[in-house]
Amino acid sequence: MPLVQEIRQDFSIEDFLESEQQKDLLRFSTAGSVDDGKSTLIGRLLYDSRNVYEDQVRAVTRSTGASAKTSIDFAQLTDGLRAEREQGITIDVAYRFFATANRKFIIADTPGHEQYTRNMATGASTADLAIVLIDARKGILAQSRRHASIASLLGIRHIVAAINKMDLVDFSEEVFERHRAALAVLAAKLDIEEMLAIPISALDGDNVVTRSERTPWYDGPTLLEHLETVPTTAEESDAAFRFPVQRVIRPHQNFRGFAGQIAGGSVYVGDKVVVLPSGKTSRVESIVTFDGELGSASAPQSVTLMLEDEIDVSRGDLIAAAYSAPQPTTRLEASLVWLHADPLDGAKTYLLKHTSQTVKATVSLRHRTDIETLEDHAADSLGMNEIGVAVVETSRPVLVDPYRDNHATGSFILIDPATNATVGAGMVRARLEAEIEQRSTSAVIVLGSRQTLLQELEQRLLEQGYAVVNTRVTNRAVWESLLHAGVITLVACEDCESPSIAHLRRHEGLVFDSLDVHPQGEHGSAEEIEHELHRRNIFPTTTEGA
Amino acid sequence: MASAVAASSFASTRLSHLQMLEAESVHILREVASEFQKPVMLYSIGKDSSVMLRLAQKAFYPGPIPFPLLHVDTGYKFREMIEFRDNYTRELGVHLLVWRNEPALAQGANPVALGTQRCCGLLKTQALLDGLREHGFDAAFGGARRDEERSRAKERIFSFRDRAGQWDPKNQRPELWNIFNGRIHPGEGIRIFPLSNWTELDIWHYIHLENIPIVPLYFAKERKMLVRGDSLIPVEQSFVKGLPGEEQWVRSRLRSLGCSPCTGAIRSDADTVPKIIAELVSFRSSERANRIIDHDQDGSMEIKKREGYF
Repeated sequence: MPLVQEIRQDFSIEDFLESEQQKDLLRFSTAGSVDDGKSTLIGRLLYDSRNVYEDQVRAVTRSTGASAKTSIDFAQLTDGLRAEREQGITIDVAYRFFATANRKFIIADTPGHEQYTRNMATGASTADLAIVLIDARKGILAQSRRHASIASLLGIRHIVAAINKMDLVDFSEEVFERHRAALAVLAAKLDIEEMLAIPISALDGDNVVTRSERTPWYDGPTLLEHLETVPTTAEESDAAFRFPVQRVIRPHQNFRGFAGQIAGGSVYVGDKVVVLPSGKTSRVESIVTFDGELGSASAPQSVTLMLEDEIDVSRGDLIAAAYSAPQPTTRLEASLVWLHADPLDGAKTYLLKHTSQTVKATVSLRHRTDIETLEDHAADSLGMNEIGVAVVETSRPVLVDPYRDNHATGSFILIDPATNATVGAGMVRARLEAEIEQRSTSAVIVLGSRQTLLQELEQRLLEQGYAVVNTRVTNRAVWESLLHAGVITLVACEDCESPSIAHLRRHEGLVFDSLDVHPQGEHGSAEEIEHELHRRNIFPTTTEGA
Repeated sequence: MASAVAASSFASTRLSHLQMLEAESVHILREVASEFQKPVMLYSIGKDSSVMLRLAQKAFYPGPIPFPLLHVDTGYKFREMIEFRDNYTRELGVHLLVWRNEPALAQGANPVALGTQRCCGLLKTQALLDGLREHGFDAAFGGARRDEERSRAKERIFSFRDRAGQWDPKNQRPELWNIFNGRIHPGEGIRIFPLSNWTELDIWHYIHLENIPIVPLYFAKERKMLVRGDSLIPVEQSFVKGLPGEEQWVRSRLRSLGCSPCTGAIRSDADTVPKIIAELVSFRSSERANRIIDHDQDGSMEIKKREGYF
């Protein structure tokens, strides 16, 4: 049996480098527990595609019985679990790398037990494809269903159901067809576009890399053939141009560029773009890189854009195709995966990080989804590894797309501001009717006990032509009547920090807190608060226009 | 030379794997520079550092790299490494900081006297932690890759370190998509690995395509070595003494750069980057793979990491 990468006599390093340069990159996820043959499958994939070193193979080869035949323990080839267990390390996502003549692959490999949802979701979040393992003797078990469900939730378009251990069912076409039919039902239920069933034996290598002679009735691709030809997410994407600004690059007066990674679509020099949330439009003057200017660029390239007009652009803004830009919103509906032992708390303010922007957010759960039955249950909280659908309200407008249209601009994480832990992951389902789409003259701004700020702000807003009142009342009904009266209400109260009125402090379109204005969670200045009013489209009646 | 990586990207929607990796790394570098108060790039002078430095140039072009480089100098690095470091960083105009554990060196710390583990502990790990703390850095880039070693395979790109600079594998943040949580309390830190998804072959291929300067020790030439069995030990420090007849001139090169007393060389004719890549690929079927080629393996990596080493 040939071992590992063979070097042919006519090996030419120039040809090798040339072919290396043509390779693209496919990321896929696998999930499973100790007994389902996942490690064996990965080991087999690496071995048969000649991606393991000879000494590694020798280390896991042993003689079996008196026949002196040798067998390779494929599971051990890749199984880091044992080592990890000995070292007392949390087992979560492990990344492995291999390559064929056409492609490089990154495997996000997750164990199936315990924190399965969290780990599978992490692995699936960057994957182009997911391999769901099915034991041919057992059919679709809870774990396979869970993995398919998470892969679907995370928007993976290509799912492979590897029907493993076909050797133990005598390579029965009937067994395979039965599982395939059941998978088709599952795929329809989960809204999975493509679920390809492949009959394999990871142990013997059938249909993993080499076509099996024991499945003459199967005319589809082997697992590796499929991995090598399936289109990547970037290739398939037809998203509109999206460019979250990471950083303004301004080395001298004559250069002001906006650095970021293209999160969707492509851009050409001369394209008309809109900068959000300001809504100002301009054209792309140049696409700058260290290696020279480009005529065009596409996702997921990292570039620096220069615009034709002097527009105020900062980190967290989005540069988007003018013909198709997202409407800024402070309310959205999202699928959530809860990642932390502390459950989701509807009364708590979280930090929401979306592309290069971090805002405060509150989360009210609509329902929890049973990951195995896929039924929705009424609930107001999520525990670790649970999934559900929630309404998220943000302190400042976010520039999101539905996740199904764009994974990069449709995803976010939730951070607990007290512990800094990443507690949740979200996928935008829809922007909800924003309360601030219409221009308004009124707002309620909660200032806590900061008298100096109140006086300074009152003075400033009066000068700008706003109608301003201030009050110590912390009653929602009173606030609402003041909102209807069209005035800016400044609330100063000694007990503003008290949890009993936490529900009042929830920042919606027209009600916000001076703490919301500052990204670091301190009180904003009078100037920052005024800027925030403009962001929320709140202007004095005397202002002209609109 | 004009970058082949960029040239082939023109108006193309299909990016090569190196373009994908480059874009991902640049994104990470920019996030960190924008979100942290005081980041630093750990610069080890090796091939991975050279790639990381090139990526930093790309990330902030045409602006300067907005953070300094920190070299933790054990005092036993090869002379050619230090020369390269000083010349190359001066040429690029980057801000280089060097940190040494001077008290330990003054007491004569060296691997022969202390053993390698204690020597590394003092001159690498301790020096690194002291250097980061003394300068008040809250984020440090390292050139580690997930393909290097098993314990690295599940390392995050943003790796959280507590106030003592230690890595708690049970307390790492989930990392979804390319959204990184870099929030820390005062005194805590994050180590960032922009090369996480690169393989050794990717690094060499990128060096080739981008024409990135590397330390000449990587290239084969006649060098004075102590030949001991299959091992080639470079003759550089006076406390590394050979037996009669061990000292020979050997055509050789280094596969990875470390401290001269603890870094073995290999016999090699590879004096260009393509030849090094050919050698790397051919080692996969070589009998020598077992003994000499360690593929950056380090059995004690896990322990070193928990203590604060990269």
